[in-house]
Amino acid sequence: MRRFSGLAMAGLAIAVAVLSAPPAAMAADTPNPPADLKAFQKFFKDKFPKVKFEDFVNGPYSMDEGLYKQWKEKEEFPPYEFALDLGKELMAKPFKNGKTLADCFPNKGIGIRQDYPHFDAKQGKVITLELAVNQCLEANGEQPYSYVKDEMAAVTAYMAYTSRGKVFDVKIPDDPRALAAYENGKRYFYTRRGQLNFSCATCHVQSPGERIRAEVLAPALGILNAMPIYRSEWSGMGTTSRRFTSCNSQVRGVPLKPQDEEYRDLEYYLSYVSNGLPISGPGARP
Amino acid sequence: MSRSISALAVALLLGGFVMPAHAASTEADYKAAYAAAESANAEAGKLRNQWTTAVSALKASKAAAEAGDFDKATAEAKKSEQLSKAAIFQTNEQKENWKLMEIR
Repeated sequence: MRRFSGLAMAGLAIAVAVLSAPPAAMAADTPNPPADLKAFQKFFKDKFPKVKFEDFVNGPYSMDEGLYKQWKEKEEFPPYEFALDLGKELMAKPFKNGKTLADCFPNKGIGIRQDYPHFDAKQGKVITLELAVNQCLEANGEQPYSYVKDEMAAVTAYMAYTSRGKVFDVKIPDDPRALAAYENGKRYFYTRRGQLNFSCATCHVQSPGERIRAEVLAPALGILNAMPIYRSEWSGMGTTSRRFTSCNSQVRGVPLKPQDEEYRDLEYYLSYVSNGLPISGPGARP
Repeated sequence: MSRSISALAVALLLGGFVMPAHAASTEADYKAAYAAAESANAEAGKLRNQWTTAVSALKASKAAAEAGDFDKATAEAKKSEQLSKAAIFQTNEQKENWKLMEIR
């Protein structure tokens, strides 16, 4: 009976959400990333005039004074500290062939987080930091990491930590494939899915600062600057892949595979519209 | 468009109160319902928008059939099919309507 009631409630949620959609005109169909970025950032600045621009990277803490104070205290002994140590170790650990993970990246992987994701013309697709790590491992005959936590979270946490303060500088090159990837990511961000009929934007554009149960929703602006994160809910670290797949599950949608094209394109879009904001990762979230 | 959206909403609301058929379901009823549900779920998968609840109902259907409860197995399969059909509708409806939410 509870299941049936749950289904009925979900049906009602869909009915309300769909029928109350704003009768706005459709957006222009000509892709224009710089215009998107400008409008995206203006939306959040207007919605939260008291929040400093660079504070948007702090997610829910930028929206709630009490949470902000708690977070500042937590940062004195941050829960992601162990991941930083492991990440540093893994970056320097020799593969069987003698090379290291650091050898695969410019500047040995130090201070480069802000340049990911990027569009790789040779591969014809968006390369995220997580994908680049596993491509490095596989190219050197090593087993790839799980995309969602553990070693992957540790390595990307360390790389983010060494990039703190550097601003996102994601580029959309003059390549129709890159523009298509960007548009695909944007479409994914705004598309409703799952039985609860939510899009990413439902929570992170329409409702940042609001509570969903006990949690304060983070704004989409700057949301990836803090990745990867230690999440109390997870009792551990999680990557961008973990965040995307768990968001899909929470709206009762079957998640895609981590690093599937849609997720990489989504990361490309979300990172681009946060250009100019500093890397703050790794983060800690409730 | 709004009529079809309203129809979906009503279908989902009513779907929540669907009760098992009065007549006992047979293994053949279950197999037919399961095949239809599996097909709808596969189509939603091709559209990259399966619902977790549709997948769970499909699993519950199979488990009930294995336990010999064809009433429950058939009901769960029908529920799964309806959920997958709603997912397919949602995907098609969002093909253009996602733009309504875009920040411009």
